[in-house]
Amino acid sequence: MSSNKKYWKSVEELNENSSIVETLRNNEFVEEIPTNEFLGDEAALSSSTTRRDFLKYVGFSTAAATLAACEGPVHKSIPYVVQPEQIIPGVADYYATTMFDGYDFANLLVKTREGRPIKIENNKIEGAKFAANARVHASVLSLYDSLRLKAPQIDGKSATWNEVDSKIKKSLAEANGKQIVLLTNTLASPSTEKLIAEFTAKNPNCKHVIYDAISESPTLDAFETVYGERALVDYDFSKSNTIVSIGADFLGDWQGGSYDTSYVKGRIPQNGMMSKHFQFEANMTLSGASADKRVAMTVANQKQSLIKIYNLITGSSADTSLIKEYDAVVTNAANQLKAAGSKGVLVSGIQDKNAQLLVLAINQKLASEAFSTSGTRQVRKGSNEKVAQLIADMNAGNVHTLIMSGVNPVYTLANSVAFIAGLKKTKLSVSCSTKEDETASLTTIAAAMPHYLESWNDHSLTKGSYALTQPTIRPLFNTKQFQEVLMSLNGIPGNYYDYLKTNATTNLSGTTWNKAVHDGVIVTEISASISSESADFSGAANILAQSKSVSGHELVLYTKTGLGDGQQANNPWLQELPDPITRVSWDNYATISIADAEKLKLENRIVANGGLNGSYVTVTVGKNILTLPVIVQPGQANGTIGLALGYGRKENIQKEMQVGINAYAVYNDFNNVQAAIIEKANGEHEFACVQSQKTLMGRGDIVKETTLSTFKNAKDSKEWNTVPMVSLDHKEVEATKVDLWESFDRSVGHHFNLSIDLNACTGCGACVIACHSENNVPVVGKSEVRRSRDMHWLRIDRYYSSEATFAEDDKKKEEFDGLWGKNGSLGGFGELENPANNPQVVFQPIMCQHCNHAPCESVCPVAATSHSRQGQNNMAYNRCVGTRYCANNCPYKVRRFNWFLYNNNDEFNYNMNDDLGRMVLNPDVNVRSRGVMEKCSMCIQMTQKTILDAKRDGREVNVDEFQTACSNACSTNALVFGDINAKDNAIVALTKDKRAYHLLESVGTKPNVVYQVKVRNI
Amino acid sequence: MSSHYEAPIRKPLIIGDKSYHDVTVDVARPVEGRANNQWWTVFSIALAAFLWGIGCIIYTVSTGIGVWGLNKTVGWAWDITNFVWWVGIGHAGTLISAVLLLFRQRWRMAINRSAEAMTIFSVIQAGLFPIIHMGRPWLAYWVVPIPNQFGSLWVNFNSPLLWDVFAISTYLSVSLVFWYTGLLPDFAMIRDRAVTPFTKKVYTILSFGWSGRAKDWQRFEEVSLVLAGLATPLVLSVHTIVSFDFATSVIPGWHTTIFPPYFVAGAVFSGFAMVNTLLIIMRKVCSLEAYITVQHIELMNIVIMITGSIVGVAYITELFVAWYSGVEFEQYAFLNRATGPYWWAYLSMMSCNVLSPQTMWFKKLRTSIMFSFILSIIVNIGMWFERFVIIVTSLHRDYLPSSWTMFQPTFVDIGIFIGTIGFFFVLFLLYARTFPVIAQAEIKTILKSSGENYKRARELEANNHIDKH
Repeated sequence: MSSNKKYWKSVEELNENSSIVETLRNNEFVEEIPTNEFLGDEAALSSSTTRRDFLKYVGFSTAAATLAACEGPVHKSIPYVVQPEQIIPGVADYYATTMFDGYDFANLLVKTREGRPIKIENNKIEGAKFAANARVHASVLSLYDSLRLKAPQIDGKSATWNEVDSKIKKSLAEANGKQIVLLTNTLASPSTEKLIAEFTAKNPNCKHVIYDAISESPTLDAFETVYGERALVDYDFSKSNTIVSIGADFLGDWQGGSYDTSYVKGRIPQNGMMSKHFQFEANMTLSGASADKRVAMTVANQKQSLIKIYNLITGSSADTSLIKEYDAVVTNAANQLKAAGSKGVLVSGIQDKNAQLLVLAINQKLASEAFSTSGTRQVRKGSNEKVAQLIADMNAGNVHTLIMSGVNPVYTLANSVAFIAGLKKTKLSVSCSTKEDETASLTTIAAAMPHYLESWNDHSLTKGSYALTQPTIRPLFNTKQFQEVLMSLNGIPGNYYDYLKTNATTNLSGTTWNKAVHDGVIVTEISASISSESADFSGAANILAQSKSVSGHELVLYTKTGLGDGQQANNPWLQELPDPITRVSWDNYATISIADAEKLKLENRIVANGGLNGSYVTVTVGKNILTLPVIVQPGQANGTIGLALGYGRKENIQKEMQVGINAYAVYNDFNNVQAAIIEKANGEHEFACVQSQKTLMGRGDIVKETTLSTFKNAKDSKEWNTVPMVSLDHKEVEATKVDLWESFDRSVGHHFNLSIDLNACTGCGACVIACHSENNVPVVGKSEVRRSRDMHWLRIDRYYSSEATFAEDDKKKEEFDGLWGKNGSLGGFGELENPANNPQVVFQPIMCQHCNHAPCESVCPVAATSHSRQGQNNMAYNRCVGTRYCANNCPYKVRRFNWFLYNNNDEFNYNMNDDLGRMVLNPDVNVRSRGVMEKCSMCIQMTQKTILDAKRDGREVNVDEFQTACSNACSTNALVFGDINAKDNAIVALTKDKRAYHLLESVGTKPNVVYQVKVRNI
Repeated sequence: MSSHYEAPIRKPLIIGDKSYHDVTVDVARPVEGRANNQWWTVFSIALAAFLWGIGCIIYTVSTGIGVWGLNKTVGWAWDITNFVWWVGIGHAGTLISAVLLLFRQRWRMAINRSAEAMTIFSVIQAGLFPIIHMGRPWLAYWVVPIPNQFGSLWVNFNSPLLWDVFAISTYLSVSLVFWYTGLLPDFAMIRDRAVTPFTKKVYTILSFGWSGRAKDWQRFEEVSLVLAGLATPLVLSVHTIVSFDFATSVIPGWHTTIFPPYFVAGAVFSGFAMVNTLLIIMRKVCSLEAYITVQHIELMNIVIMITGSIVGVAYITELFVAWYSGVEFEQYAFLNRATGPYWWAYLSMMSCNVLSPQTMWFKKLRTSIMFSFILSIIVNIGMWFERFVIIVTSLHRDYLPSSWTMFQPTFVDIGIFIGTIGFFFVLFLLYARTFPVIAQAEIKTILKSSGENYKRARELEANNHIDKH
C-alpha cells in the first residue's frame, strides 16, 4: 500500500498558483552555482593532470598503501601435499628403537610429533631391560645440533658421496699389502659385524680394531681368561641381599651402567628385608651415596681390601698389606658376604686384570645368583693392546688406509700426539662421524654420519637379546651410515635397510620382521652356555698384592652423569644438568678430600652473589700438567683426587660449551688411576653450582629416614615417621589433621598424586632431563646458573650429613642448649653447615608439590596461579605479570622466573635460538616469555591427553595410564604418578603407606607429592 | 608587663618578632626570588641521578628483571626494600598534618606543608617499585579490578599485593587532596603578590579562585578537619597493609603477627627522620630559622626517640617469639639474621635504629642541629637496612637448605634506587622554588603579635631621645 502522505515544504504550497513554488519547482539550484568562479581560473584549467589521471593516481596510491600495510610476518609452514595416512597433526607417534653409541645404550621409545622426534622414553616391553639414562634422554637434542657434520668432506671441502666412495676404493686398491684398518667403537651389531667380516674377506690385509674411549679392557681380559669370551657379566642385583662394591660405581657408568633397576628392587624394604650395600671407593659416586656402609679409601687400599675379601671368602691366604684402619670394616663386609652365600655379590671397578680375576673367583665361590655368565653384555669389546699396536703401526707407516667410525681418538687418547703423527703417515684416513670433531677435522675424509634417530641398525646388547634401531625421521643432512659406506666399498647394492632386513632373519628366532621393528627388541635363545676354565686366581692375588701404591696423590678418573665420555659435549641440556653429587654444572674439576684441601690450603667459598668459587690446583701426571679448579668433596678418600673425563672439547663445539679440561690427556695406558702431584695454583675459579648449602642442618623433617631395624621393630610407624604436632585449642594435635580451610570434595573426578621413594632414588638425573625435554625448559648458561637462576622444574637435592649420620645431626640440633657455649646453637649451626669427612648422602627429587593449600595461590594479585579440580597447581603464563611473590612464598622454592627472554635471544644461544634446535620443542607445551613465572605442571598436557583419549574411546582411564615425564623416565620406580581416586592404582597404596610423608607438613600446605621415608640398612 | 597572657612553660613557636607581613615576605621569598647557584647545583645533581635512574628503569623493562641481582630464592630484594622504605618515609607527613591537627599540636604548622610534600613525593617513588619490579610491567593494570574482556578473569582479592594497590592509591590520593587544600590560601597569597602576568595567571589557576571570604575560611577549616579524619586511619592502615605483604606469607621471618604495629612505628620513625633531614637544610637555605626552630627539631627528635624505641622493642619481641615459638625454622631464621652471612645488615639495622636514637635522651644532643641532621640520616640508613634484613635475610635461607643462596645487587639495582632519590629531590627542589613551603595562612594564626615590639621600639626611641639630650 503506497503512502498517501504528502510532505509540505512551505506554507506557500497551500497557494495553488504561487509563483514562488513554481519558480522553485523549475529551478533545481536555488542559489546560482558559481561555475565562473572555478572555471574562470585559467591557470587551474591548464593543469596537465586530467581527471582520469587523477583517478589513476588515487587508485594507485590507495592500492600501494594498502599493499604496504598488508605485509605481515611470514611463517613458513608447509602443509602436506599428500597427507600421510599414519601421521595426524597433533597426535604423537611412538617408535621403538635402540640406542648404542659405543658408550651408552638403551631400549627406547621415541616420541615423534609431525615427523619430528621430540622425546626419548623407555621401552617398557618385555625383554627391554636397559632404561635410558640422562644422556640418552638428552640425545634427542643432539639430533638437532646445528654444528653437526652436514655433508661429507674431503680435505675440509664439501664433496659428494660418489667422490668419497671412489676415493676410498682407489685407496683400498692402492694399499698393496699395507694395512687397512677399521677402527670402530664397540658395535654389538650382528649385521655391522657381518659387513665388516665381508669387508675383511674382500681386503685380506684389513684389520678391525675395536676401541672403547673409556676402556674396560682388564675386565674383558679377565673374563676372557676364565670364560673364553670377551664380554661383561650382566649382574642382577635384585638377586642379592649383600652387595659389596670395590670401586665400582654400578649406579653410574661402571661397565655401561643400567644396574639401578635391579639394584633398587632389593632396596625397597619389603617384609622387613632389604639388601645391604657396602661400598669401598675413592671418589664419592652415586653408588657410594646410596650405600649403607661407605668407606672412602685409595685405589691401592681397595686392591688390598679385595685380596682380603678374596682370602676370607675362598680361604686362600694371599698376602695383603691392608692397613689396620680398614681391617675391621673389610672383614665385616667379607663375613656378611660369605654369610649371604649365593645371595651375595661382589663387583669391582679396579682397572686391573688380576683384580677382576679375583672378582670372578669370589663370585664363583659364592655361587652368586646375581652373577650370571650367560646372557653377557656385549657393549664393551675394546682391547688396549690392539689400540696401542695400531698407533705403533701407524707411526711405523704400516697403515695405508684407516677408516674410523664412532670414535674420536684425537680427543680421547692420552697419547693423541702419537696418533696424530701416525695419522699423517697414513695415506688415507676416513672418519665416519656425526660431527667434525677433533679426529674428523684431521682426517682426509670426514664422512657425515646420521644420528641414531635417523639410522637403521641392529644390536645384540646382551647375549639372548636382539634389538633394532629404526629411524624416526628422514636424515636431516646429506649423511650416510658407516654400514652404507662399507656396503658400497664391498660392492653390495641397495641400502642398509635391505641388508639389515635380510640379515636379521637369522636373528629373529621366529618373530616376524615387522613385530621386531615394532617391539624394538626381541628375546632370543642363548645359543651355548659358556663354561669356566681353570684360572690361576691365587697367582693373580699375589701379583695384585705386589702392586705398589702411587707416590703423591692418586688421580682417579671417572665419568660424570652429565657428559659421560664426552660424545655429547655440545648438548646444552647435559651441560646444564647439575652433577648429582657436587651439583656443579658446566664444568669438570678436581675433587679433593676435606683433609687434603686443608693441608694444601684449598678452599671453596660462597661469594656475595651466592656463586661458588674454588681454588685452582696444578695436577702433574708424568709430563702433563693440568690446571684445574677444585671442589672440596666430602667423602673423597684422602690421598686421592677425582677428575671427570669427557670435558674440554673444543672442535666444533659451541663457544659456551667449551668448558672444562680434557682429562683424557692423563688417561695414560687406559688406566683410570694415575699418580699425580698436586699443588695449589693462583686464582679462583667461578663455578656454576646450583646448591650452595651442602648439609641438611639437622632438619630431619625434610628428609625423613630411619634404620631397617627401627623400621622393622617399631610398633607404630610414628616412632620413625614422626608427624609434627601443633597446638589447636590448647591441645597438641597432628599438623596434618589441622586445616584452616574447609576442604573441597576431592573424591569426584581425578586427583593426581606423585609418590617419591627416597629409597629408590639413586640421583641419576634421568627425570631432570626428561622434564627438560617434555616441558621445553630453557637452558640459561653457566653464568646464570652460577647466579642461582637455573630453570629446572625438577631438581634432585643432595644433602650430606654434618656428623657421621643424619640421625646424629638431628640429635646434635636437639641438644643445643642456649646460644653460646659448647652446645650453643650459635656455634652449633655453624658446625652443622659443614659436611662430615665421610658423610651419609641422601637424594631428594623436588618439583612443585602441588599443594592443596598452596601458599603461592593466595598471594598472586592477578590469580595467575590457581588450583585445579585434579589436584594440580596450575600456572596461567599469559595471566602472569611477574611479581614473584608466589616464588617467595613457596616453602619448597620450586618456582622459576624467566629473568630474561630465553628463546630467540642471542644472549642465550642454546637450542631455543636456532631453527634446528627449536625442532625439539614439545608443541603441547608453550615456550614461556620473559617476565613470567613457571614451574612443574605435573605434566598437565600428558594427563589431559590421557583423559581425552579415554573420553574419545568412551572408556575409563586405565589404571597406571596416567604418567608424567619424570615418572615415565624413572627406571627405578622411585617416582610413581597416578590418580588417587582410582582405587586400584598403585599410588593409592603409596599415599597410605606407613613410609609416606609430605614435605614440610608443619606448614600445612597439604601437598599432592608424597615422599617415602628413606630406610637405611645399618 | 605584657598586655596579653603568655603561657608560662611553652616557648613561642615563632621567634624573631615577626609581623604578619614578615611571615608573608619570608614565605614568599623563595618563590618570588631567583634561584641561587646552590639550588642549581643541588638540582643538577638530583636531575642527573634521576635521569640515571630512568636509564636503569628503561634497561630493566626492555631487557628483563634479570639485570637485577635477584635469583630463584631471593625474588625480592632492593625493589621491595626501596618500596617499603619510601612508603614508610611518607608516613611522617600524614602523621604531622592529620594526626597532629586532630591533637591540636600547633607546632606542626611550620612543618606540615613540607612534610606532606615529602609524603607525596616519596609515595610517588614508592609507587614506582611495585610497577617496575613486575616481570611484565606493561600489564600492571591487570592488578586493578577493572571490568575487562579477558573472560571471567578478576583480580585475586586474597592477595596482599592487591591490598597494597588499594592502600597506596588511596593514600596517595587522600594525601594529595589534603595537601592541596591546605595550599589554596597560600597560593592565593602568592597570586595576590604576583607582579608578572604569567605568575599571576598560574597562581590564579592554582588557587582555585580563593577569595579569602569568611565562607572560604569556614569551608577550608571543615575540609581540613574531614580530610584529617580520613587521613588519620590511613597513617595506620597503609603500612599495616604493606606489612601484610610479609605477615600473611609462610616464610619464617615474614610470618609474624607483630608486623603491623612494628611497621607503622618504623614508618613514623623513618618519616620523622626524613622530615628532619629536609627541614634542617631548608630552614637554612630558605632562611626560615624563625619558623622552624630548634624547638621543632627537638620535638621531632623526641618522636624519633620514642618510635625508635618501639621499633627496638619490636625487634626484641621478634627474637623472643622466635625462641618461644619452638619452631625450628623461625628460630634459625632469626639466628641467621643476626649471625648469618648478612650479620652486617642486622648490625647496621640494630645500631642505627635502636641504639642511635637513644642519644636523644640528652637534651644537648637533641637540640643540636648538626647532630640531629646526622642522626636523621643514620636513622634512614637503618630503616633501609631493616627492610633489607626482613626481605633478603628471610628469603635467602628459608625451609629447604638446598635452595639457600645469597643476593648481590647489580649496578641497575643501585642505579634505580639512586634514581628515585634523585627524582624525590628533583620534585622537592622544584616544590621549594614554586610552592609556599610553610603554611603561612595557618602559621599566622599562632603568631603572637601583641604590639610588644612596637612598645619596645618606642621605648628604644625614647631612650635615644633622652641620650641625645
